[in-house]
Amino acid sequence: MTDTPVLSVRDLVVEIPTRHGVLRPVDNVSYDIHAGEILGVVGESGAGKSMTGNAVIGLLDRPARIVSGEILLSGQPIQGLKRDAIRKLRGKKMGMIFQDPLTSLNPLLTVGDQLTETILEHLKVGQTEARKRAIAALEEVGIPAAAQRINSYPHEFSGGMRQRVVIALALCAEPDLVIADEPTTALDVSVQAQIVALLKRLCRERGVAVMLVTHDMGVIAEAADRVAVMYAGRLAELGPVREVLTQARHPYTAGLMASTPLASQGRKRLRQIPGSMPRLGALPTGCAFHPRCEFAQDKCRQEPGPTLDRCDGRAACWFPLTAKQEVSA
Amino acid sequence: MLAYIIRRVAQSILVLFVVGLVAFSMFRFVGDPIDNMLGQERTQADIERLREQLGLDQPFVVQYWRFLEQAVQGNFGLSYRQGRPVSEILIERLPATLELAFVSGLMALAGGIALGIFTAIRRRGLSANIIMTASLIGVSLPTFLIGILLIYLFSVELGWLPSFGRGEVTDLGWWTTGFLTESGLKALILPAITLGLYQMTLIMRLVRTEMLEVLRMDYIRFARARGIRERAINFRHALKNTLVPVITITGLQLGSIIAFAIITETVFQWPGVGLLFINAIQFVDIPVMAAYLMLISVMFVGINLIVDMLYFAIDPRLRADRTQGGH
Repeated sequence: MTDTPVLSVRDLVVEIPTRHGVLRPVDNVSYDIHAGEILGVVGESGAGKSMTGNAVIGLLDRPARIVSGEILLSGQPIQGLKRDAIRKLRGKKMGMIFQDPLTSLNPLLTVGDQLTETILEHLKVGQTEARKRAIAALEEVGIPAAAQRINSYPHEFSGGMRQRVVIALALCAEPDLVIADEPTTALDVSVQAQIVALLKRLCRERGVAVMLVTHDMGVIAEAADRVAVMYAGRLAELGPVREVLTQARHPYTAGLMASTPLASQGRKRLRQIPGSMPRLGALPTGCAFHPRCEFAQDKCRQEPGPTLDRCDGRAACWFPLTAKQEVSA
Repeated sequence: MLAYIIRRVAQSILVLFVVGLVAFSMFRFVGDPIDNMLGQERTQADIERLREQLGLDQPFVVQYWRFLEQAVQGNFGLSYRQGRPVSEILIERLPATLELAFVSGLMALAGGIALGIFTAIRRRGLSANIIMTASLIGVSLPTFLIGILLIYLFSVELGWLPSFGRGEVTDLGWWTTGFLTESGLKALILPAITLGLYQMTLIMRLVRTEMLEVLRMDYIRFARARGIRERAINFRHALKNTLVPVITITGLQLGSIIAFAIITETVFQWPGVGLLFINAIQFVDIPVMAAYLMLISVMFVGINLIVDMLYFAIDPRLRADRTQGGH
């Protein structure tokens, strides 16, 4: 592992201009991912998780755009690069895995077509070599009889197998960074575990940095090394997964954990976080979480929450929870 | 897949039977042909003799069967007006219509797909918007008006192109073609544009809509995320996925190009089957009308059959469901 993180995001701000004013789906987000590390990004729908991933890979849908901040790929800034230069980075340096394997593959091209096309685009190899590598890529993600299956069309695979093909596609040009955007959400539970295990294995073996976007705390607990919790476009908490899950410092993380069913807790009634995440167009003043926070004080209502680097670097909260405090419903 | 083809062919034959019935019914309901064929000075004996000779004294079902029997062999009887076999007249006229339909169909398809892709990819661009607006004119102007406008501009005012006829044609024995002479090609331009313009705008708008739809799909996003070039995304990934609906509509349109040729052929006095049909209506030349009806329906049915086959060639999902029994 080198010191330079594979991905370094600094003070990233994404804005969407609308008729009713400018929205900020991603607001001052900073984090690093090192080689061989899985960073889990969690949060409710609309918290800015996927938007962050899309911003990194340069696939923001217009009119969303990056207005400030830096994205460094192995220390190299990627903003300001020409469109074609960024395109060449995609697939080669950073891959992306999407949520729904049923719709991520082109139904009219064989799996082999799509793999060799990607390999030929990024690596300087010939047709035969590309095909060999495509078969190897399928074998690596655990597709049986890869040499025959390579000529199959996507509809001839099951959902879990298709997600494996998607992972093979994202990794076939050997990128250093993989952004997995809810890779297990559309799958059966038993298949989910397999895909998570596969991602973990590939990450360790290849030393790939993985950004794992999900809203499933179980997947985070299983796979991630560190976890970033997002709320209303901001990072609420960032830290090693064990610490964050067992000793949440931000009240939102604590609430999120309390509302996740755990087998070990038996049949306790689940707590809910009251209310719902504010719409981006109607953020409250002060800390965005304060209307739902049971610890909110006057400072939280008046001043915007601190960014991570301005407090302890772990929880973006004026009054982070200490070990003794427990969330009570 | 074979079962599917057989079923479709059976359906097609059924359709042709029904059309045949309609075509044949015309003989019975549109006046008495004997009146038209014999002049004012006729005797009852003449009428009876001709009626017997033409088989018109037989019961309806027998006549219908005989009609079908003859029609399958390409025999549609004698034209009331010209006194020659209808099939002979049709074969004489068919090359003109088919050449016209071929050229305008090709124009509509090539132009429509190219413009459709262009307007979809550059959907915010100025030129794409101009094309879209102009295409509204193409959709809303009636064919005959476009023809007349073109004649006025290019034949009357500018004098560049002929306003009627087929120009000089080369007789190949079984086929007459206008492709080989300069005047034949020149004469083809205006009618082909007139006939193909509407179809072109239709195909263009269809391709554009489908393309915009496909470009929003996840697999296009995923292809982008893999760094595939825009050109490959647009043509390899997106275009192919738009083809199934496009082929469906194009197939139907190809049929209507031949059918709509009636108007264009009238405006340009193009010596094809459409003009023949219009003249046949004026003279209540029922054998010609019936034969024309059958010809058009055979073409429609045939094109639809080909379209259904093309689905299989394009979409592997259809192929697999039939041959491998699913997943």
